[in-house]
Amino acid sequence: MIAGLMMQGTMATQVRTLADVAPLAPELLVVLGAFALLMLDLFLDERRRIVTHACAIAVLLAATVMVAMGTGGQGTVMDGMFVRDDVADVLKATLLLVSATALGYMWTFMRERSLYKGELPVLVLFATAGMMLLVSAGNLTMVYLGLELLALSSYALVAIDRDSPLSSEAAMKYFVLGSLASGMLLYGMSLLYGAAHTLDLAGIHAAIASLDGDDRVLMLTGLVFLVVGIAFKFGAAPFHMWLPDTYHGAPTPITLFIGSAPKLAAFGMTYRLLDSGLAPAGDQWHLLLAALAALSLAIGNVVAIAQTNLKRMLAYSTVSHVGFLFLGFAGGGPEGYAAAMFYAISYAIMAAAAFGAIVLLSRRGFEADRIDDFKGLNARNPWMAGLVLCIMASLAGVPPFLGFWAKLAVLRAALQGDLLWLAIVGIVFAVIGAFYYLRVIKVMYFDEPAGEPLQVRPGKPLQVVFSINALALLVLGFAWSPVMAWCQRAFGI
Amino acid sequence: MSNWPLLSLLIWLPIVGGGLVLALGNDRAGAARWLSLAIAVAAFALSIPLFTGFDPANAGLQFIERREWIPAYDIQYHLGADGISIALIILTTITTALVLVGAWGSVEKRVSQYFATMLILEGVMIGVFCAVDSILFYAFFEGMLIPMFIIIGVWGGPRRVYASVKFFLYTFLGSVFMLVGLIYLYLKGGSWQIPDLAAMPLTAGEQAWLFFAFLIAFAVKVPMFPVHTWLPDAHVEAPTGGSVILAAIMLKIGGYGFLRFSLPIVPDASHEFAWLVIAMSLIAIIYVGLVALVQDDMKKLIAYSSIAHMGFVTLGTFIALSLVRDANHVDTARLGLQGAMVQMVSHGFISGALFSCVGVLYDRMHSRRIADYGGVANVMPWFATFWIFFAMANSGLPGTSGFVGEFMVILASFQQHPLIAFGAATTLLTGAGYSLWLAKRVIWGEVGNAHVAELKDINMREWIVLGVFAAGVLLVGVWPKPLTDLMEPSIAQLAAQLAASKL
Repeated sequence: MIAGLMMQGTMATQVRTLADVAPLAPELLVVLGAFALLMLDLFLDERRRIVTHACAIAVLLAATVMVAMGTGGQGTVMDGMFVRDDVADVLKATLLLVSATALGYMWTFMRERSLYKGELPVLVLFATAGMMLLVSAGNLTMVYLGLELLALSSYALVAIDRDSPLSSEAAMKYFVLGSLASGMLLYGMSLLYGAAHTLDLAGIHAAIASLDGDDRVLMLTGLVFLVVGIAFKFGAAPFHMWLPDTYHGAPTPITLFIGSAPKLAAFGMTYRLLDSGLAPAGDQWHLLLAALAALSLAIGNVVAIAQTNLKRMLAYSTVSHVGFLFLGFAGGGPEGYAAAMFYAISYAIMAAAAFGAIVLLSRRGFEADRIDDFKGLNARNPWMAGLVLCIMASLAGVPPFLGFWAKLAVLRAALQGDLLWLAIVGIVFAVIGAFYYLRVIKVMYFDEPAGEPLQVRPGKPLQVVFSINALALLVLGFAWSPVMAWCQRAFGI
Repeated sequence: MSNWPLLSLLIWLPIVGGGLVLALGNDRAGAARWLSLAIAVAAFALSIPLFTGFDPANAGLQFIERREWIPAYDIQYHLGADGISIALIILTTITTALVLVGAWGSVEKRVSQYFATMLILEGVMIGVFCAVDSILFYAFFEGMLIPMFIIIGVWGGPRRVYASVKFFLYTFLGSVFMLVGLIYLYLKGGSWQIPDLAAMPLTAGEQAWLFFAFLIAFAVKVPMFPVHTWLPDAHVEAPTGGSVILAAIMLKIGGYGFLRFSLPIVPDASHEFAWLVIAMSLIAIIYVGLVALVQDDMKKLIAYSSIAHMGFVTLGTFIALSLVRDANHVDTARLGLQGAMVQMVSHGFISGALFSCVGVLYDRMHSRRIADYGGVANVMPWFATFWIFFAMANSGLPGTSGFVGEFMVILASFQQHPLIAFGAATTLLTGAGYSLWLAKRVIWGEVGNAHVAELKDINMREWIVLGVFAAGVLLVGVWPKPLTDLMEPSIAQLAAQLAASKL
């Protein structure tokens, strides 16, 4: 590996100009912003924390604008380490926006529980920078770097409620299993390097097409480890064990964050590794992803039925949604990637809204994370109940909500890839999955309120954020064409 | 008015109106009722120009609206209506208005939500009947589930949770297979438009599995034996309005689907498996008719009777196909299709009326058990008159709409095989049996108990509901010509289409 790095070192003899780093402008903004906030926070007292928070959101939004405007231009820089193309831009714009939304959800919740520390927005910014590097990676080292930056920040975020045993346990599990996954990934990368003699993804792509004999076996073994690592990070069955505990134990807005934006980054990572790097071995990994998809759909949907805790239920629902997302990958080709990307974007919005509902209804001493906590919500707050209805219907894949169109896209991709059996598995488990989403609607509408009344604190900007987030599922359900066109254009359709 | 986007207005007026009613909140029940009624009446008024403006010389789709919706996936906002759709749209607008009038005093919990949900449901159902893009159709087809789920679950009876979840999952499972079929057709032919799909050549193997994908979706909706078991539960537990909408309109969507999808898109497979559908229809007519006889719950009895009557719709549809293919009897085939369609409209009126009647009794006694009643005629003479009239119509008495459709289907079946006609004709016995026996036990005889003795006859509002239903039943019964004329060109075209093989 060292030899490879040195080889690349000798290649990079040309003088770097500003133009060489220009495509990194949004990343630089986020990273510099994080450092600046770290400093700024030192000089602010407890009452002025809102400044840090607002600045963090502003940095993310500014970066979104920079990505959307194409500031810095596209291109492959840093000797192929960093690729900024349409795929990267679409993913970055959405994940920045979702991260900013997640930050928006954090303020009240974390303040009320005295969990708000100055590091919180900084960690979110670093995690976001990690995601941005991940989706732009052109080299295995960059993939690993981005992934670890994201992962380490996430571990710390999950553990931020250090006095809660549940949170500590969640963080511990997340850390141990996450490290294991990183190890798998790294091991796969080393095998791949052994076979292809380069860490550059484009180079791997060129090299592995002509591999045979032992090198090919090496490459395929490396591929399996990569896929396992990817499945771990996504939370695809049977590598989903960390997901329910982590989602359950982390403070809800943190769950919201790690459950939404990183899915987009994981999509980007999968695309970079498997398509940019390993497309010539497509026949092999299509099969692996199809199997992972079928398992995730089955396990996620069936086990979710048995959950009484909404966060755990949503965790298992994540597993099933990852299964759907893999349907697009398994279908393959640009249409398949576009469908999977559309699914990832839709899911990030839905997950943010679903956890957002829990954030909004909880208060100190009452987490509102059991399904029974939603009993009779319609009687107390019809607007809120209506929005949660939209979220659940969208997750279940009922038209006209966004979730249905995402399912349509991946089913289409699966059929296009001649995976009729997988499409049938998908729809059958979608029906089984509908049951547990319906149960949430059932407790909100059919049951009478019981126990402590659910309150939504009125007049908070949080309510506006949540309403926009949930209504987006309905509005985009009618106007998803631009989003899909965007995804398709990213893959040159 | 001919330039108005009538179909769009008919879909979106109730849906947007429903949103407004919802915004009124449950505290302003009176305003919610009046606003909803105004919207429902406006929707009915808008559906009249469909009838008057329809050009009978033109068998194709009319009132077409077509624009890009999702260019990335070629999905279009494409609406159109032919005679078949228009008949069902008008049925929908009438029934919804009557349901709202019927619910005026009997729904007291979360009034504005109830009325709003009904209105939204109306818009979505109209959308099903005029969608030409198959994905648009599917979106409306599935979009119905959540409002109906809510209606059964919030305002239903004691076992409402079980019934509503069963309803949802059954129909959801049925329809997802159709979605896979539609995607397959799109990938093969590059279009979502139903007329394009109908013109697309398909091999026998493809047609076979597509046929079953459609069959599952629509058979659950109709519902056909043996996937009918959700219906008695849903009907029994639903509030009166929910039962009426389910029976009068939602079941028709299954029959409509057979006419729009199965027959034109997979005609050869439909022909090959027609025996299966015919057998299932006959079982529904004979066996489910017998099941209806032994019910002790009024709503359940009418629910089973609905399944039996809907058997005629599927029977007429597939008999027509067999007639065209096996014997080239195009004229008789048209009779069968007409019969199926008239039966749909007629059953819409009759079942809607019968469920409204049960609702009238239920509002007063809070019981649906037949044994709790007896001699209602003594205290509610007007009500008894209506009930007996609808019972007669339900058993297919000539002069009522129930007779026309069944008679046409039996005539057409006779051409295919006398035994099929014989099987279908047993409904005249069983239908009369369960309808009249029910009337005997509930309406006639001595006053059953003290509660019945205290019953008050129907009020003005109930009079209007039952009166309009009765007028519909009678009109279609004695003068079905406007209805058959409306549908004739479309049916003739469909019958001609059936003759052409796609292989």
